[in-house]
Amino acid sequence: MSDEKQQPARTPRDSGNWAPRAESLQVSAAPAGARNINVAGRQVSGPVQGFGQLWQKTYRVALEGAELEPAVVLADWQANFNDFLPASERFHLPEEGLNPGNVALIDTDIANVPLVSTGVMVLYRDEESFAFMTPEGHPESGWITFSVSPHADGYVVAQIQSLARAADPLYEFGFRIFGSRMQEGIWSHMLTQLAGHYDLTVPVSVERQQVDSKMQWNRAGNIRQNAQIRTTLHTMTTPVRWVRSRIGR
Amino acid sequence: MQQAAFNVDVRYPASGCAVLDIQGDMTGAAEPALSAAYAGIDSGAVKTVILNFDALDYMNSSGIGLLVTILVRVNGNNQQLLATGLNDHYQEIFEVTRLSDAIRIFPSEADAIAAA
Repeated sequence: MSDEKQQPARTPRDSGNWAPRAESLQVSAAPAGARNINVAGRQVSGPVQGFGQLWQKTYRVALEGAELEPAVVLADWQANFNDFLPASERFHLPEEGLNPGNVALIDTDIANVPLVSTGVMVLYRDEESFAFMTPEGHPESGWITFSVSPHADGYVVAQIQSLARAADPLYEFGFRIFGSRMQEGIWSHMLTQLAGHYDLTVPVSVERQQVDSKMQWNRAGNIRQNAQIRTTLHTMTTPVRWVRSRIGR
Repeated sequence: MQQAAFNVDVRYPASGCAVLDIQGDMTGAAEPALSAAYAGIDSGAVKTVILNFDALDYMNSSGIGLLVTILVRVNGNNQQLLATGLNDHYQEIFEVTRLSDAIRIFPSEADAIAAA
């Protein structure tokens, strides 16, 4: 018999940072005002499952001129996440906080007309970053990481990095026409607001890297789950649901 | 957060197979080393790339993103990407991120080579 003792399994250092396995997304308690459609029951969808070209976009802001700790900036960022977004975007963050596996609902309106309702799952969180992963039907298929790190010169850098494809052919068309610019505007706005939180006016840099120029035509059927189409149908059928609810009383 | 060094070695245990032994912390900082290791593989001769995660200590969301970029390059070179050495925790992460839809996971390197 060998004298070697079996080593106990090590607990990975990132244990607890990742969302647990789940068959589909669950929305425990939708916050008041959230449309809460196109999320519950859906699976998450990553860069592998999307349709369009794969892009990695990195937005950075150097918070030079303020003495800040990365952990403090990250906490402020999470606490004010919604306030740092443009008015057209409403993130309904989970009451339990941005814990891995929790779901945030998103409603995007243009001129008070619902454009798309969807959500994200908190994929990952540690003391320096948190990441969201998209559900089926979301305009993008992938994930986005928000992080804060110290720079060698003593200041703090806040970064947003997305790795995603358009989820279906319609979204891909939309991204090429205007969606990509709109998206870059949203995240640049957020970093500008984050800097403004510390009374800083500093430029935001954007790096675009095309990781895969090919489209995944075998994923064209994702359009069945398109949250924008479904949000439009939901809006158009609001009177029908109202009549049904009156009859059902 | 204290980070352990990232290292990746390349081996060729069978004809047409390259194994990338991944060690340490897989974060965004691992990109140059991982990218260089893959770039050093002869894409004409190697048809299967096996990622061996036996010595993986830590991975964050930027680290899993690196696997997506390797997957794209592997697919572009008409190779296949397999994984081995994943403990239950990292296997679960592959499933949560749905990378397991595109990267087949094997319990041992020998199993991965046999399936290549």
